[in-house]
Amino acid sequence: MAFTLTEEQLKKQQEFQHFADAEIDKGDHFPQENLNIAAKHGYMGYPIPAEWGGQGQDFLSYILLIEEISRVCSSTGAIIAVHTSVGSFPLLYFGTDEQKKRYLPALACGKMLGAFALTEADAGSDAAALSTTATPVDGGYRLNGCKIFITSGGQADLYTVFATLDKAKGVKSITAFLIEKDTPGLIPGKPEKKMGLNRSNTTELMLEDLFVPVSNRLGEEGEGFKIAMSLLDGGRIGIAAQGLGMARAAIEYTVNYLKAEARAGKKVDQGVSFSLADLATRLEAARLLVYRAAEVKESGARCSKEASMAKMYATDLAMEAATKCIDLCGLTAIRDDHPLTRYFRDAKAPQIYEGSNQIQRIVIARQLLK
Amino acid sequence: MNFVLTEEQEMTRKMVRDFAENEVAPGAEERDDKEEFSRELFDKMGELGLTGIPWPEEYGGGECDFISYVIAVEELSRVDASAGTTLSAHTSLAGWPLYKYGSEEQKKKYLEPMALGEKLGAYGLTEATAGTDAASQSTTAVLDGDSYILNGNKIFITNGGDAEINIIFAVTDKEKKAKGVSAFIVEKGTPGFSFGKKERKMGLRSSPTLELIFEDCRVPKENLLGKEGEGFKIAMSTLDGGRNGIAAQAVGIAQGALDAAADYAKTREQFGQPIANFQAISFMLADMGTKIEASRLLTYQAAYLESEGLPYGKASAMAKLFASETAMEVTTKAVQIFGGYGYTRDYPVERFMRDAKITEIYEGTSEVQRLVISRYLLS
Repeated sequence: MAFTLTEEQLKKQQEFQHFADAEIDKGDHFPQENLNIAAKHGYMGYPIPAEWGGQGQDFLSYILLIEEISRVCSSTGAIIAVHTSVGSFPLLYFGTDEQKKRYLPALACGKMLGAFALTEADAGSDAAALSTTATPVDGGYRLNGCKIFITSGGQADLYTVFATLDKAKGVKSITAFLIEKDTPGLIPGKPEKKMGLNRSNTTELMLEDLFVPVSNRLGEEGEGFKIAMSLLDGGRIGIAAQGLGMARAAIEYTVNYLKAEARAGKKVDQGVSFSLADLATRLEAARLLVYRAAEVKESGARCSKEASMAKMYATDLAMEAATKCIDLCGLTAIRDDHPLTRYFRDAKAPQIYEGSNQIQRIVIARQLLK
Repeated sequence: MNFVLTEEQEMTRKMVRDFAENEVAPGAEERDDKEEFSRELFDKMGELGLTGIPWPEEYGGGECDFISYVIAVEELSRVDASAGTTLSAHTSLAGWPLYKYGSEEQKKKYLEPMALGEKLGAYGLTEATAGTDAASQSTTAVLDGDSYILNGNKIFITNGGDAEINIIFAVTDKEKKAKGVSAFIVEKGTPGFSFGKKERKMGLRSSPTLELIFEDCRVPKENLLGKEGEGFKIAMSTLDGGRNGIAAQAVGIAQGALDAAADYAKTREQFGQPIANFQAISFMLADMGTKIEASRLLTYQAAYLESEGLPYGKASAMAKLFASETAMEVTTKAVQIFGGYGYTRDYPVERFMRDAKITEIYEGTSEVQRLVISRYLLS
């Protein structure tokens, strides 16, 4: 065992830190500039192999990247994590060479933004219950249905969409499709008004008699659910890194605030400093769970339990840290423009998306009870 | 980073687990019931080479890293926390200060027989009025010719009474307060060194906890450990590593409780199905398992840092705080999953719960860990 980052990872971590602090803006609009700069650094395809236009970096380095970006702007972190983990990896794992050539280098260099469309109004945690249909027609399929809560909806250039060939046949008829943004019949809705992650677009995605050629089917017919599930572990580790970055942001803000108080001669009481000690300890625990999950994934071993533990613990901590840090910094922290208020609002969604933390508990318990 | 155990660490785990399951577990319940310490068990640990895992071979040790050591404490504690604390106090509290501050002669004379398991070690810092405020020592040591004369009482001493080698802290210069404390090696049998009552405890009942009494006890001058006035530094730095041992003990207790609760949940049927099918139970297990994994990683991290010669004070305080509170929470939930049966002595989870409590208290309470951690954060 070795609990220190390799020299190379340390160097990258510093590079990401510098990038996040110096180049990521914290505005309130869709962070296109952030994505452009990230693309320039090669961060839009960091773990994608070099032969497909990515940087070919190890998974833990990618996780360090998401952590640092999310520390400064969690919306940008979410967009890049979704783009990479569930927007690009499905192509890498399941795409034909021709499909990969067509899309993967464009995604990896940031020319295209990727999105993932699985969730529906009646298919949330129970993703297999989706009802968007794909009807075989000459040369391809016609898709009809409505997807909801699509990260980067309306902004993305390529959507991985899941639909069923025959709902009566259940999971085994779910199939995945690659759909470009200007395809007729693809109609993104208006961005949802959300509690947090306000810089990231979340929209409905209507599919109306949308024609997909066979060449844009990802994997075989009926392989869709397997594809969706196989992406979850990696996706969850990405969200865990997002939670880790957000928890760090709240805790680091509060440490600096309290240090300034102490310098100004105010006593930091045990009621305050002990809460901070608890948060910092849990942050360390989260960090180890997240990095471990990333390393297990990198090794190629099954990492469902590790990924779920990391996702649940780190995102729960982000919420707890934001809540407690507001207590520790006092009432000024509830102003709408205060960073802690933003962390507080942003922290809720990661507890829910890519498998709510209740789903993570189901996954973990299943492993423990084997 | 690399989260895979080395071959040596993996072998240690396997060997100690076999020993724990075959030789320690069978008598654990009875020893707890009778409040009996088994010296025989310690002797067996010695034969297996568990009593000096991290020390160099030249002092009879196993020359392994601290991760191997905490794995051994964890695996023993998984079946019997008393056995875990015996080894932890022996190695971290008595062995470590000898290894770190002892002269060559002291190491040969005291560390080697301890590492070989021929002699048992103990550490005497706490006094009736010097608990968390450990610097306010009243035991005195006065230099008189070739020896120091010790007077005072130490309480709550793990391995007390059985330990042949005791690391004792006493005041050599009252004026200097913490900087006037010195450390001594006191052998069992030294005239003037006797034992008070054995404590009757909630848990860790087969690990003896005694009062040590020093009445004009003459300790040869060469048994001063480190220099005069270095005692408090020795005591505190010893506890930094000791905390890894307690963290490992807590991880073991929690894992033992989780294993028992998961097995029980799979077989216990209510409403026509195993209770593991109910999310009220399975979600509890998921939370328990996640916190145990986090505790284990924090503990191994602290042990790794110590092995690499990197600073580990903050890491060990975090590991101890997180792991001990996890152990208390997990064992309490394990009893809950067992229901009424869990409250009886027919199942081991009530013992685990009783054993877990002390990990939040000794070698620095959770509150002291928070104090230590917040100082690192805010200074």
